[in-house]
Amino acid sequence: MSELTLTVMRLGFLAVLWLFVIVAVQVIRSDLFGTRVTQRGSRRESGRQQQAAARQAAAPPQQRQQAAGGRQRRNAPTKLVVTEGTLTGTTVALQGQTITLGRAHDSTIVLDDDYASSRHARIYPDRDGQWIVEDLGSTNGTYLDRTRLTTPTPIGPGAPIRIGKTVIELRK
Amino acid sequence: MSSTTNTSTHHTSTIGAIGTPSRRNTELALLVFAVVIPVFAYANVGLAIDDKVPAGLLSYGLGLGLLAGIGHLVVRKFAPYADPLLLPLATLLNGLGLVVIWRLDQSELLQSINQAGNAASRQLLYTAMGIALFIAVLIFLKDHRVLQRYTYISMVGALILLLLPLVPGLGTSIYGAKIWISVAGFSIQPGEFAKIVLAIFFAGYLMVKRDALALASRRFMGLYLPRGRDLGPILVVWFISILILVFETDLGTSLLFFGMFVIMLYVATERTSWIVFGLLMSGVGAVGVASFEPHVQQRVQAWLDPMKEYTLSRQGVGGHSEQAMQALWAFGSGGTLGTGLGQGHSDLIRFAANSDFILATFGEELGLAGVMAILVIYALIVERGVRTALAARDPFGKLLAVGLSGAFALQVFVVAGGVMGLIPLTGMTMPFLASGGSAVIANWALIGILLRISDTARRPAPAPAPNPDAEMTQVVRP
Repeated sequence: MSELTLTVMRLGFLAVLWLFVIVAVQVIRSDLFGTRVTQRGSRRESGRQQQAAARQAAAPPQQRQQAAGGRQRRNAPTKLVVTEGTLTGTTVALQGQTITLGRAHDSTIVLDDDYASSRHARIYPDRDGQWIVEDLGSTNGTYLDRTRLTTPTPIGPGAPIRIGKTVIELRK
Repeated sequence: MSSTTNTSTHHTSTIGAIGTPSRRNTELALLVFAVVIPVFAYANVGLAIDDKVPAGLLSYGLGLGLLAGIGHLVVRKFAPYADPLLLPLATLLNGLGLVVIWRLDQSELLQSINQAGNAASRQLLYTAMGIALFIAVLIFLKDHRVLQRYTYISMVGALILLLLPLVPGLGTSIYGAKIWISVAGFSIQPGEFAKIVLAIFFAGYLMVKRDALALASRRFMGLYLPRGRDLGPILVVWFISILILVFETDLGTSLLFFGMFVIMLYVATERTSWIVFGLLMSGVGAVGVASFEPHVQQRVQAWLDPMKEYTLSRQGVGGHSEQAMQALWAFGSGGTLGTGLGQGHSDLIRFAANSDFILATFGEELGLAGVMAILVIYALIVERGVRTALAARDPFGKLLAVGLSGAFALQVFVVAGGVMGLIPLTGMTMPFLASGGSAVIANWALIGILLRISDTARRPAPAPAPNPDAEMTQVVRP
């Protein structure tokens, strides 16, 4: 094989290797800028456009809630979803087990929240398979919508349960 | 209306991903690229050595492509939101390693001293086993938090793995370091697997204890000194790593083990004092052991004056390591752009040319440009691991990702630093590049766990419901 071919292959190989590295870095770059910061109402004077956008953003979840309320038949929720707070996005599959919430390490969902008690609340199914949320004598209370819970209360899918800064709901 | 505007003044901004693409197609494109590069290198080696395209090109390319393709399909099915870079980067390193091992197999010198021959085909088999374990991790480990349950079992498991080479009859001593066990004709390096198991234990342990370790401390000369009783665990880990150094005479495992603990301790507690303590303790330990352990002393001498060791060894009067100097020559003769694949003379390193010293071959045949590219690829793997830790939502996942990528980074540093003469040589191998079954299999499992954590971390969060009563329920009652 001629010297020239080998030199071209050698330099070509290094070029291809670095091209791969550059492409990989480009992928990381697109990943870094893959988030969007939504300004919500902090600058209200900036016009109605933003407000309209905020309202649009707020609308779909409300609709979803209504829809969830509408089809509250006997098909039971299958998972519990944390929709707000530090654990946002965490899901727990509902398989008939009791779910405990609180700051204690052995809770099913360990809340990292100054407003939560160590054993704050629990969610469990009754004999008919209806899911019940019960406050376990917490300091700051457990809220279903706006009402503070005093007794074990049945919950349906989509109803937001608020504990401090954390909001959870059941989903199908 | 009024309630919406009220809350909006409190929630000034929300950070959300745009559509959260799964990026699997990006991964596929990169993966094709990562298979094509080693095939190109393979053809290049064949042309340089035999003047013809090697006969095994098609089967080799198909083999690597098939393994990568299966890995990709499993990721697509079982971890759809996982990081798109980890799999292509690991595949590229593994492929390049295979090419260079095959290239050293062609060396008549290495064949004549029985150091090479069919190492490449064995390595391809180990790669297949590694990918199989990678797939098994992705399929059976549905949620990385399950590992948290096995915190203390992991501790016992890791200790057993680390101490196995000391069991008489099972452990084998290869050129001074007792880090191997031989089972049914195979020699296994348990330390490679211990790395992963230990990361699980440290993550589980530190997650529970980090508050005590971080908060209960006294301030002294700008450093937060931990309480005496909180020093317990770090002392125990330090003592075990010293034991490994003394009885297995292996610098690498000992350093990796202790370094990983210090990194995770620092990440868990945010206290710089732990790093100061860790560096002090490892310094004291290394110097102390080096003062009486002959094997470690030889390594240090070969590091301080490789030329002297080389000449002594050549003249047959003492001298223990020719390789340290030979590796430096290999890097030197490579220069900036290298001699070209298949045209170097790194086979003169003879023993361990395709395992511990494989980076020297890269240095000679690809030059500084090639070695820098390899090191950047390693750095990218570590970066993706740390990014996964940042994105992970649960503290256990964060610590585990940091521990695994920290161990990976330490291993690369220890090997590359040793071969290049920055630190004394240790008996560890370059992840994915070097010939060696345990290392390849364990590192594929490590990538699998990282992908699992990143899948959980990057999965799009469900849309939050509007909550008009945020401030109502966040009142602390007196």
